[in-house]
Amino acid sequence: MDFLRPARWEEALAAKAEHLTAVPIAGGTDVMVEINFDHRRPEYLLDLNRIGELGEWEVGEDTVRLGASVPYTRIMEHLRAELPGLALASHTVASPQIRNRGGVGGNLGTASPAGDAHPALLAAGAEVEVESVRGSRRIPIDEFYTGVKRNALAPDELIRAIHIKKADGPQQYSKVGTRNAMVIAVCAFGLALHPETRTIRTGIGSAAPTPIRAQAAEEFLNAALDEGGFWDNGKIITPSVAKQFADLCAAACNPIDDVRGTASYRRHAVGVMARRTLTWTWESYRGTEPTAFRKGSAA
Amino acid sequence: MRVTFRVNGRRQEADDVWEGESLLYVLRERLGLPGSKNACEQGECGSCTVRLDGVPVCACLVAAGQVEGRDVVTVEGLADYAKERAAGGGCATHPGSCGTAGTSLDAARRWEARPTDSATGEGAQLAPIQQAFIDAGAVQCGFCTPGLLVAADEMLERNPNPSDADIREALSGNLCRCTGYEKILDAVRLAAARQSEGA
Ligand SMILES: Cc1cc2nc3c(=O)[nH]c(=O)nc-3n(C[C@H](O)[C@H](O)[C@H](O)COP(=O)(O)OP(=O)(O)OC[C@H]3O[C@@H](n4cnc5c(N)ncnc54)[C@H](O)[C@@H]3O)c2cc1C
Ligand code: FES
Ligand code: FES
Repeated sequence: MDFLRPARWEEALAAKAEHLTAVPIAGGTDVMVEINFDHRRPEYLLDLNRIGELGEWEVGEDTVRLGASVPYTRIMEHLRAELPGLALASHTVASPQIRNRGGVGGNLGTASPAGDAHPALLAAGAEVEVESVRGSRRIPIDEFYTGVKRNALAPDELIRAIHIKKADGPQQYSKVGTRNAMVIAVCAFGLALHPETRTIRTGIGSAAPTPIRAQAAEEFLNAALDEGGFWDNGKIITPSVAKQFADLCAAACNPIDDVRGTASYRRHAVGVMARRTLTWTWESYRGTEPTAFRKGSAA
Repeated sequence: MRVTFRVNGRRQEADDVWEGESLLYVLRERLGLPGSKNACEQGECGSCTVRLDGVPVCACLVAAGQVEGRDVVTVEGLADYAKERAAGGGCATHPGSCGTAGTSLDAARRWEARPTDSATGEGAQLAPIQQAFIDAGAVQCGFCTPGLLVAADEMLERNPNPSDADIREALSGNLCRCTGYEKILDAVRLAAARQSEGA
């Protein structure tokens, strides 16, 4: 094994191009487990810790550019207002020690269907900025997950940053597990209200081969909210609408039975979380000053 | 490969380190610092918790090569670390807890307690959190203790007046199979109370 320690981003890209099998290591909270248990013996480890910019973020007009290695702890401390869904999701990851090291770049690299960042990114809307010596591109989050623990990265590419839409409305993240800390999701659900575009977006974890959105459920709810004038009148969402939304979210799942839960339990739990997160976010939308979220409706 | 870094304030060099080796292995097997415990090697138990550039991490999940040039504090260095903090950075690291000029001296004197207690080893000086663990009976087999000490000490540095919820949260990455945690919570409360008395 060789240990590669690029000091700058360009050096990291060059090293990855030269050694396509090199395994990047950021927080190491996935990679080191595999090495410790001899599940993986990479020829090269490509350490990203020295590349300072990967640990930084910028808050822009509409998006946050989150460096690939920003630890979950930083997201919880500094980006709760801009990225409430991701901050909530981050808080459910493992333990303080793990959250001090692990970040969204590593979560995307592993692309586990149970990764907690994914539902939050899907619901908020995001693009993954990846780069190789050949150039840079942005992968929409919906196209990033290609299979169980597979992603759209080419062998010579590295994740540089994640561009995440700043919240324009309430967001929630909900996760089912046996305890609060140190739990891999049995299943998880992220929901974001986007009052500016009068849409909602979802993200589901651990209930299909990849993290997914419940698109039929989103379309149904967007239409129902629109028809009922809910964005303007701020009324309580009709229980039948909430139920239909929950059922469609459950139907979007394609789960498996495993040690953490059965497929039917996962489907059921996703429906429950969908209904609850919808209630929580909608209550918070209704509770805010009309001018804060209900842009355009007053004019 | 060779890895050079600082451990408990001292420059250390480890040779013939395998590239896939963890920081925990280097500490225990190459540098003779077995205080950090190896229980799971997968980040689940926290018994290997050390501070990397001040931040609590699982040493079993840090690749040795990643600590090149960086600063590590293990449970072996905790007493010195706490002493230095009290002497030097008292005001900086305990915002709002600064008292009179005599404060840190007082506190430092306190921390020399029980130098000959058989439970404490060879007359070694203890950090306040270590003393509190002994006084509260928070140690049974002791395997989880080093990790808990490092994690709890860091929390008290950040948050001198933690609520029970804060303590639980800060220690949620540390498993103990013996104590049932109650005495551990007692110990951290005790250390917090002594810290604010001393301040
Ligand atoms: C005890 C324990 C509990 C856990 N609990 C949770 C949990 O509750 N929820 C959860 O989501 N995860 C959990 N995890 C998994 C892990 O902590 C997360 O997936 C974390 O986000 C990984 O980030 P990292 O920086 O440590 O990744 P690393 O381990 O460094 O890397 C992970 C993968 O991503 C690749 N990679 C890293 N950075 C880049 C980059 N910039 N470009 C391209 N590829 C890259 C690596 O090559 C590797 O394949 C847990 C892990 C442990 C050990
Ligand atoms: S040995 Fe590192 S967390 Fe258990
Ligand atoms: S005292 Fe035995 S594991 Fe905690």
